[in-house]
Amino acid sequence: MTINEIQDQIIEEFAQFGDWMERYEYLIDLGRSLPPFDERHKTPEYLIEGCQSKVWLFPSFENGIITFSAESDALITRGIVALLVRVFSGRTPAEIVDANIYFIEKIGLRENLSPTRSNGLLAMMKQMRLYALAYKSKQEHS
Amino acid sequence: MKLAKSIEEIRSDFPILSTKAHGKPLIYLDNGATTQKPLQVINMMEELYRTANANVHRGVHYLSDLVSDRYEAARETVRAFINARSREEIIFTAGTTASINAVAFSFGERFVGEGDEIVISGMEHHANIVPWQMLCERKKAKLKIIPFSDEGVLDLEAYRNLLSERTRIVAVTHVSNVLGTINPVKEIVAEAHRHGIPVLIDGAQGIQHGLVDVTDLDCDFYVFSGHKVYGPNGIGVLYGKADLLNELPPYQGGGDMVANVTFEKTTYSVLPFKFEAGTTNFTGAIGLAAALDYLSTLGREAVAEREQALLATATAGLSAIEGLRIYGTAPHKVSVISFLPGVIHQYDAGMILDKMGIAVRTGTHCAQPLMERFGISGNIRASIAFYNTEAEIEALVRGVRKVTEMFA
Ligand SMILES: Cc1ncc(COP(=O)(O)O)c(C=O)c1O
Repeated sequence: MTINEIQDQIIEEFAQFGDWMERYEYLIDLGRSLPPFDERHKTPEYLIEGCQSKVWLFPSFENGIITFSAESDALITRGIVALLVRVFSGRTPAEIVDANIYFIEKIGLRENLSPTRSNGLLAMMKQMRLYALAYKSKQEHS
Repeated sequence: MKLAKSIEEIRSDFPILSTKAHGKPLIYLDNGATTQKPLQVINMMEELYRTANANVHRGVHYLSDLVSDRYEAARETVRAFINARSREEIIFTAGTTASINAVAFSFGERFVGEGDEIVISGMEHHANIVPWQMLCERKKAKLKIIPFSDEGVLDLEAYRNLLSERTRIVAVTHVSNVLGTINPVKEIVAEAHRHGIPVLIDGAQGIQHGLVDVTDLDCDFYVFSGHKVYGPNGIGVLYGKADLLNELPPYQGGGDMVANVTFEKTTYSVLPFKFEAGTTNFTGAIGLAAALDYLSTLGREAVAEREQALLATATAGLSAIEGLRIYGTAPHKVSVISFLPGVIHQYDAGMILDKMGIAVRTGTHCAQPLMERFGISGNIRASIAFYNTEAEIEALVRGVRKVTEMFA
């Protein structure tokens, strides 16, 4: 599946919910189902500090594919982290760099990515792209 | 004590209270961050711009006289509100933060040197920490911290022991913005004065909840912000005893604060103008006076009483929620209640409450050392004003219950 196909899939999943409460309950479930994050990577190097919640993001790069694992101390943030990992993990650097992310807005969670919220999510998205850019230039120079 | 108006009348004075948030009636419980403004303030500001705008103290013309008189009348309103001895002791600033920075600079220049000590408490807002740290860095002085108990009560014994020959000033908050504790500032001042040490009181969370009498407290400085006492943004007050203010150098230079300027030497104007360089926020000052008048008309003791009743409802309701922990259980508190429901993250709870139309604050509330003291990364704060209702408090309690169910 392409990044856009996954985004469309997420939009469809959220379309079945009637109100915000159901959407957030689903996010909470997603947050709970996020695979455990390796405690050894909970270091300042992988920490994305928001004022309201914290996010940790750990990348690995193998056979041209980037895998992300991530974590947050707040459950709703973690639910959105799970969605971002679903969209971005297991992709080539080029796919990530070229991606146009529209699903967050479509599922009514845009406020969660506003810079004033300072929950670490916007910075997490930027950081994912930065890792992708770094791996991309590494590929091109090897 | 009875409020001079019914709650319905009061609420209709605050048009913003009928806002809908995410389609639900707004329940505004973030009054510690900023308070809403009554029509009496809003209309006053508008009327000023329509009818009385000119620079203050700088013209001989009709409008300038008009607005200068009103500016000075506003100063008198503030003086009377906090019971200062004279108008010259009331300096208008941009807010609490600006006032503390002014004192930290001017007082520091005059009285603080290497090896000297500044005493603050462990429950201060960053605004009453950082300016003193900056001073300490400039002068190689040391910051000493008064500890407090789990309930949120300052340790006065420890405070007494902290005072030394090297202590130059004590700066403590009247009321903790997180714990709600009303500190025994009168005793704190008296103790410092026994050693000849002046005291600054951060009144940002004190001024709006009842009576503040700086003559009775005998504090040397008292500072607060207009926006937290139902007045406009960008205006604040620095009260200082005249004798002390006269000894301090000005912290900003410019127009209006000078008596005579030549390129060789400038002499400074008298109080309060010495500390009001440049065109001041005179509209803000007049708006602030309107806010103080509003509170006085309602009855300040009645306001405090109503807030205490709402606090009692909130405390009882929230305490009944299993696993919920309240931060700040001092015997003397204002209507501020900080809490965490079980292990639920404050941001998660805040997001869900927001969706219900309930505005609370989440995070560290600009008091990181306090959070560290409790070993938490932040909490949720409901700060209640007299215009809140019992029904709103009940909605908060129901909302928090719902949150605990969602995250159970
Ligand atoms: C106790 C205390 N001190 C100082 C401040 C700073 O006030 P301002 O931002 O209006 O300068 C606040 C505001 O949050 C406060 O609660």
